[in-house]
Amino acid sequence: MSRGGSYAADHRVRAIEWLPWVAAIAAFFLLPDYLPLGARVLTYILFALSLDLILGYAGIITLGHSAFFGLGAYVAGILSARFGVADPMVQLAASALAGALLGISTGAVILRTQGLTQLMLTLAVGALCLEIANRATSITGGADGLSGVTVAPILGQFRFDLFGKTAYLWCLAVLFAGWFLARRLIYSPFGVALTGTRENSARMHAIGAPVYWRQVIVYTFSAAMAGVAGALLTQTSQFVGLNVLGFEPSGELLVMLILGGVGRIYGAFVGPLVFLVAQDFLSKQFPEYWYFGIGLLLVIVVLFAHGGLLGIGDALLARRRR
Amino acid sequence: MEALLSSAASVAFHGAAYGMVLYVISVGLSVTMGLMGFANLAHGVFAMAGGYVLTTALSRFGVPFPLALLLAFGVVGAASIVLERFLYSRLYTAGELPQVLFTIGLVFMAVAAARLVFGSLQQPVPLPDYLTGQVSVLGRDFPAYRVFVIAFSAGIIAALWFGVERTLWGAMVRATVDNRAMAQSIGIDTRRLFMLTFALGSGLAGLGGALGADIIAIEPTYPFEHLAYFLIVVSVGGLGSLRGPFVAALLIGVGDTACKYWLPQFGAFFVYAATIALLLWRPAGLFGRRA
Amino acid sequence: MSMTAALETRGLSKSFGALTVAANIDFVLETGARHALIGPNGAGKTTFVNMLTGRLPPSKGQVLLGGEDITRLRQAARVKRGLGRTFQINTLFGGMTVLDNIALGVAERLGVAARMWRPANAHDDVRAEALALLATIGLEDDAGRRVVDLPYGKQRLVEIAIALGLRPKVLLLDEPAAGVPSLESERILEVLARLPGEIAILIIEHDMDLVVRLAQRVTVLVQGEVLCEGTPEQIVGDRRVQQAFLGERHG
Repeated sequence: MSRGGSYAADHRVRAIEWLPWVAAIAAFFLLPDYLPLGARVLTYILFALSLDLILGYAGIITLGHSAFFGLGAYVAGILSARFGVADPMVQLAASALAGALLGISTGAVILRTQGLTQLMLTLAVGALCLEIANRATSITGGADGLSGVTVAPILGQFRFDLFGKTAYLWCLAVLFAGWFLARRLIYSPFGVALTGTRENSARMHAIGAPVYWRQVIVYTFSAAMAGVAGALLTQTSQFVGLNVLGFEPSGELLVMLILGGVGRIYGAFVGPLVFLVAQDFLSKQFPEYWYFGIGLLLVIVVLFAHGGLLGIGDALLARRRR
Repeated sequence: MEALLSSAASVAFHGAAYGMVLYVISVGLSVTMGLMGFANLAHGVFAMAGGYVLTTALSRFGVPFPLALLLAFGVVGAASIVLERFLYSRLYTAGELPQVLFTIGLVFMAVAAARLVFGSLQQPVPLPDYLTGQVSVLGRDFPAYRVFVIAFSAGIIAALWFGVERTLWGAMVRATVDNRAMAQSIGIDTRRLFMLTFALGSGLAGLGGALGADIIAIEPTYPFEHLAYFLIVVSVGGLGSLRGPFVAALLIGVGDTACKYWLPQFGAFFVYAATIALLLWRPAGLFGRRA
Repeated sequence: MSMTAALETRGLSKSFGALTVAANIDFVLETGARHALIGPNGAGKTTFVNMLTGRLPPSKGQVLLGGEDITRLRQAARVKRGLGRTFQINTLFGGMTVLDNIALGVAERLGVAARMWRPANAHDDVRAEALALLATIGLEDDAGRRVVDLPYGKQRLVEIAIALGLRPKVLLLDEPAAGVPSLESERILEVLARLPGEIAILIIEHDMDLVVRLAQRVTVLVQGEVLCEGTPEQIVGDRRVQQAFLGERHG
């Protein structure tokens, strides 16, 4: 069940779509102690949104999306810790560019393949990035991670304070920009064509659509977005570790997105929010049970609730209407 | 020169042992993916489980080594039947994404469970006395256990290849991998065939994990860390093929050992890079059936 | 009558190793033709169509569209030059609405499908054309319904409509009434009969009733080779054709 892109869909932002932003701003004032967690949630929402573009809309299954996230995180960190470039906008731009470059170069080759081979290649690229980060100790800090990351005040004015206020608003602003662009893309003819590719790729070829190039374009865009999300993480935690790369974060992101609902923009909002908040409360008390629980949740969602939380919400609403 | 030859022999030997273990673990995955087209990313869990069965049987219950190996095969194989009947079989027609997600969920659960029950540390492998120490082969000394691993794996592989080539079961597997619809129409019960083959493949994975516990350490993050290599063996070797993954496993085993020995600062970089290059050149793998 | 055929093949062949599925097919489809291709199961009809559309590369021979050699061209390029097809098994965008199914093709043809900024629903030209097309086949009331929710017969109509949205010069219809209950297939026949005269149509069919009603010329394909060609009456009366179809029941 897809939302958005259609030649008959009203693209204007519906009232209810302002809800997440209102809630986010309310949280800023009402939950000052949770702003660091909040910034993390916002970062992962951006990351999940980037994945939803290729998974939910274009139908490309990937196990290596963390490669772009991690690359963005390290680029921002390295710029700051090794080259003293601390301006947050420059860091974001650099991470976006790095993500896009990696995205287009790997996407151009990976998207020529299908099935297991394609899946395998996404995994291999992700593993490759992790291995490089692990070994290039002088640049990345290796297993110890990269510390000494500093972020200059935004636009020279807004300093990153200890309470995480600036960080939170900064993430919110960047997420808003990302959401706006992604939404625009989804509602455009290109976005409808992407949905068509996911629904029936053979048919898209048969109507003369250049499927491969469109997939490369969205893959590149998604990679840039993931890179920006990675940079945000570095900026808000002022540290980069190996845990931003590899199969685990890719797997966790998949869980977040599936939990919220794939192929509908706000699944990428709900999923990370529920996941990270639950993780914050539960995993401190029972770390192993938490991990077991999300595995179990994923199995249950796949077997019984394909549409994720939003899908369940839809079903409940439909039942109430009768 | 002498030193180079010596280290080359050492790398080849240890690489072969590693490669054989990789093959025994991964061959089940190749066959079941070729047979049913099911993307089982949780295959590493079976290998890990076999390793835990072995180490627990040896350390806590003092079970003799041969019996412990047999247990690893049997317990994991039996458990996999239960999983297959109740969970996996619901997703055969579900499509790639649900299958991938489901198996990732299983991996998460297994990793957490392993940590809870066994703790985070690597399991020690108390080998029996007759398999420790060194053995002299062609004038050089090699670790006895590794020699055993190579020999025993070769035996398993020979039995497997014989079984697939000569038995009725093997013929049915080959037919179904080739053309499932046709196989069903000539009366092959593909459901039962898959259940048996899945059990065999998972049991082999358990056996491989147990056998290779000395080489691939048994710890909770096992399914994550080694998933890439198992999948590389299968995709580079070619789905549904027996010979292909063997070649691939040896290449990876020797390649990885060589790189880690001579170019440690690059680690597994070349293995991944080579995999990417190879898959781009031959998307169906070295011996793959579907172009 | 134009000198250049709408679609032509010269010596078109396809082999998979020792197995030949198509042997030296010389075929001509005239402009505005209503031509049928028939043959027993396994005669190679779908293989032939796949070679025409570019889904399958031939082992030998040429395909010409309006006199232009398109043998090397990929599917998408052939579509752009006016070669459309429908599939024997519905190949539709199941989760999307009927309108979107058509609009996707129209947007590709109009060259607006790659636009990333302006919203899709602001493209009135695309939507209007899609709705108009739906009206000609009588599905305008179903425009907002999802394709998976439609009965099979209507889905077959959508299949045809998508191809029409591309304004093809040549239209290949692969068993358009296949699997449709006879009540609904009447509707499909009407739509086919009313197709614009400029389009050259090739129908792959099993149903002889449909062939007799729609086709002016019939080509018979048996085991990858052209057995004979003629009007429907000539074909039905031909001994060799009857033998080739021995055991097969017509319509």
